[in-house]
Amino acid sequence: MQPIADPLLTVDRLTMRFGGLLAINALTFEVGRGQITALIGPNGAGKTTVFNCITGFYQPTGGRMALAHRGPVQEQELAGLTASGRRYDRHACGGLFLLERMQDHEIAAKARVARTFQNIRLFPAMTVLENLIVAQHRELMKASRFSIAGLLGTKGYRAAEEQAVERARHWLEKTGLVDRADEPAGDLPYGAQRRLEIARAMCTQPMLLCLDEPAAGLNPRESADLTRLIRAIRDETGTSVLLIEHDMSVVMEISDHVVVIEYGCKIADGTPEEIKSDANVIAAYLGVEDAETAVAVVEAGA
Amino acid sequence: MDYLIQQVINGLTLGSIYGLIAIGYTMVFGIIGMVNFAHGDVFMLSAFVALIIFLALSQLFGTINLALALLLVLVAGMALTALWAWTIERVAYRPLRGSFRLAPMISAIGMSIFLSNFVQWAQGPNNKPLEMVPTEIITIALGAGSITLSWKQITIMVTTAVLLMALWYLVQKTPLGRAQRACEQDRKMASILGVDVDRTISLTFVIGAALAAVAGLLWMVNYSQVNFADGYVPGVKAFTAAVLGGIGSLQGAVLGGILIGLIETLWSAYFSLAYKDVAALLILIVVLVFMPSGLFGRPDVEKV
Amino acid sequence: MAVDAARPQSHATPPQSPAAPPQTYMSAALPGALKSALLTALVTLGLCFPIVAWETQLDIESRLTLVSWWGYVAAFVAIAFVGRFAYVMWRALPREQRQAIAPRAKLSADVKQRIAIVGLLLLIFFPFISIAAAGTAGSIKWIDNYGTQILIYILLAWGLNIVVGLAGLLDLGYVAFYAVGAYSSALLAKNFGLSFWLCLPLAGIFAAMYGLMIGIPVLRLRGDYLAIVTLAFAEIVQRVAVNWDTVTGGYNGISGIPRPTLFGYSLSPGPDSLPSLLGLAPSPLYRVIFLFYLVLVMALLVNWVATRLRRLPLGRAWEALREDEIACRSLGINTVTTKLSAFATGAFFGGIAGPLFAARQGIVSPSSFVFMESAMILAIVVLGGLGSQLGVAIAAVVMIGGTELLRELGWLKAVFGPEFDPGKYRMLIFGFAMVLLMVVRPRGFITHRDPSITLGGRQTERQA
Repeated sequence: MQPIADPLLTVDRLTMRFGGLLAINALTFEVGRGQITALIGPNGAGKTTVFNCITGFYQPTGGRMALAHRGPVQEQELAGLTASGRRYDRHACGGLFLLERMQDHEIAAKARVARTFQNIRLFPAMTVLENLIVAQHRELMKASRFSIAGLLGTKGYRAAEEQAVERARHWLEKTGLVDRADEPAGDLPYGAQRRLEIARAMCTQPMLLCLDEPAAGLNPRESADLTRLIRAIRDETGTSVLLIEHDMSVVMEISDHVVVIEYGCKIADGTPEEIKSDANVIAAYLGVEDAETAVAVVEAGA
Repeated sequence: MDYLIQQVINGLTLGSIYGLIAIGYTMVFGIIGMVNFAHGDVFMLSAFVALIIFLALSQLFGTINLALALLLVLVAGMALTALWAWTIERVAYRPLRGSFRLAPMISAIGMSIFLSNFVQWAQGPNNKPLEMVPTEIITIALGAGSITLSWKQITIMVTTAVLLMALWYLVQKTPLGRAQRACEQDRKMASILGVDVDRTISLTFVIGAALAAVAGLLWMVNYSQVNFADGYVPGVKAFTAAVLGGIGSLQGAVLGGILIGLIETLWSAYFSLAYKDVAALLILIVVLVFMPSGLFGRPDVEKV
Repeated sequence: MAVDAARPQSHATPPQSPAAPPQTYMSAALPGALKSALLTALVTLGLCFPIVAWETQLDIESRLTLVSWWGYVAAFVAIAFVGRFAYVMWRALPREQRQAIAPRAKLSADVKQRIAIVGLLLLIFFPFISIAAAGTAGSIKWIDNYGTQILIYILLAWGLNIVVGLAGLLDLGYVAFYAVGAYSSALLAKNFGLSFWLCLPLAGIFAAMYGLMIGIPVLRLRGDYLAIVTLAFAEIVQRVAVNWDTVTGGYNGISGIPRPTLFGYSLSPGPDSLPSLLGLAPSPLYRVIFLFYLVLVMALLVNWVATRLRRLPLGRAWEALREDEIACRSLGINTVTTKLSAFATGAFFGGIAGPLFAARQGIVSPSSFVFMESAMILAIVVLGGLGSQLGVAIAAVVMIGGTELLRELGWLKAVFGPEFDPGKYRMLIFGFAMVLLMVVRPRGFITHRDPSITLGGRQTERQA
């Protein structure tokens, strides 16, 4: 296990307690800039809880989550921000954010972290295109001067809207949904809804994209398409990706780095190759919970 | 001092009625997470049912034993009101499970409007006065002064206590109560384990309505009059009681009811009669905004 | 009342062949349908006893007596039996046959636009049509009681539509904004002599401020709690209007509110009024017509703003909020300010309806701002299809205009007796229709939703 040279996100001793239950216990890991990082572990290990902490839906009990838009982060910059009590510093590192201090919508808007949900959360009655336009709400809101310019239909606003539609069209093409742009999102088949959710997250132009089980419920072909899409996102936009996934073939194929957690603690951390041969991981999967997954790990390694 | 004690007794009487209605709100909310907006109107309807049956009995049989008459009215009122609630759940709420977010609430509001206007249509818009229980009072000497206790108040408090014990037994000790608590925790799991969820929900409405019917009769006993619009304000106050006690909690609903009854009586006695409803409304707002889980409720954890 | 006992049987009936005539299905379903209808009739009997069977009435000595209405009970039981029987038989038919007999109507965007244009033209010429049909004296009732009253309801419903239909926030106390607008404008006009044209926006601003004031603590709450708290606030406003009589005039309200003027000229009959300066015969008609157009212009303005907002980022965020609040937050939308903006916008429109109401009545009193009024506006929005501007307008016309119109029909009185008052049935029908609509078509009669934006800017038609 080598330290990542220039992490986008540094999670440091993250702890989350629900009443008497310790869901995450002093978890430390890093998400490399421009990399695909997978967070894996048996059911109930606390993966989604980690996501909810990073994206601000839960207020963590303790620990630090620092995200820097441009690295590498100098130790004193981070220490200074932590001591200052502020939530973020727009000037340090092109934007340095302490996620544990920020609200969910601020994390999405300012720190530019986008996410998808395990149980897809689209706007079902709105069309596919509208879903993608809503994702660009903040920019459009500014361009519409909080609706004043929008009501009057000024040129500036029209241009901004045009640009938003173009960005949406770009991601519709990437996800193969351009033909269904004007249909209600709720009418799409399951696999297309998963892709749409990713496209919607990408329309927020994130620095970090968090995908919660993106391959769940997909058939092998859709799963392969998804793998290509995630890789394209990393390669073409430079967006860093953090994903939770149970399908080990997907994880091992696309990840640059894998973090394994169990009972809220990290048990291993490294490249896919290292993880496959890690004794702790094999024990955790074989011995504790889910024999099928363990077999998948062994097979993927073979 | 005896004025205060007198007011406390009045408050407890009123609070018993609110508590009985509040149980219906809290049970339904506990099991399907819905504010049964029509419950106050079911209560009002039950007061009319009690009134009419009482009148019919006295017309048919002339003067009969008052206790027997009240018991008959109570049983018939509970049964008929329960039938109403069963039908309402069946027609207006059950088809909406799994519909969009606002649908059950809108349906409940529609049902509330329908019920009050239906009773207005059937019974007319005027107040219906009837003394069921004689206004005789018992005077108890207390130090220098004395307090009075009317037969009405005794009837109300005794009935409430007996029925609450019966309810407690039903929920804690019978298979129905177990099924109810199972549905409350996880409806899908309960149905997999063989609990008839639809039947359990129906029965929850029926029990809630039966208790509202008791409250309806006691309302008639206490105020000696009823009006088609009387479902609304007591309904809101009973809902306040349920929220104050912690929605989903039975003992919370009873305690909340008694608290609301006391607050209302004391507020009217010492502060302002004109704004007596405002006190309950303010409590409702303050509790919902600042302590939505009430006194005994579980905190609501957001599921992402 | 529907009982589902027979539904399993009717589904279990084997469909002989897809082309089988309706009779085959019907005869198979007959026993089940009869049983179910009988059960429904029995339940109905239980429901009607004793609440319909005996009416309590006060006799001359003010003692309650019972008056029997068993005829009504029999009628209800019969209706329940026949209705349930017909419904089960109908359900027994395969879907294709049902659709062949009664195809579902679909409204395309094209048709909707045509309805809207025709409706608008009708509204613009409504005063002249009324005068032509009922003469100068007879038309006042039509223009004022039908035209202006319905338009005020449409305006209110369009305002509430933003809150409930677009943003999905169930507001049961909308009438409070209306009340704040009406009272603030009445007080400003009476105490400070402000003109109507200044009171109108001020009323909106006061209502919006009140909306923000209650919205900030309340909008964090979950949906049904929000509904109850808005109701509680509206009740408090009404109680204050009743009890704070030094300012509000108590139950009597505030009367003698100055009528609106046009460029400083009065339109009421009088020496300096605009009609008399123009040499027209004195008549209250001018004021009524002026008010009608004033309300029409305001309503169209509200509609324009609402329609326009829906196609802007703010309006889209409102709709997204209705669909999924958590997803909104994950996209960087501040849900609290977005909800507040919807609440305040709706409140503003409710507020400006207040002075218009005051201008029509010349008086504001607490009895105009009770819960039933909120319920009525909500019912119009729900029946109009939650979010559809045209649907809401049609619902207001049908529900308010329809019940008013029933009063005009003399033969109804001949049939139902001289005391028959259709206005009494209005809320009964509203309540019933709300339940029915939620059960049958929860997204409203007009289910088509126009996308706020389409790819390449072209409008395409799709069924929502």
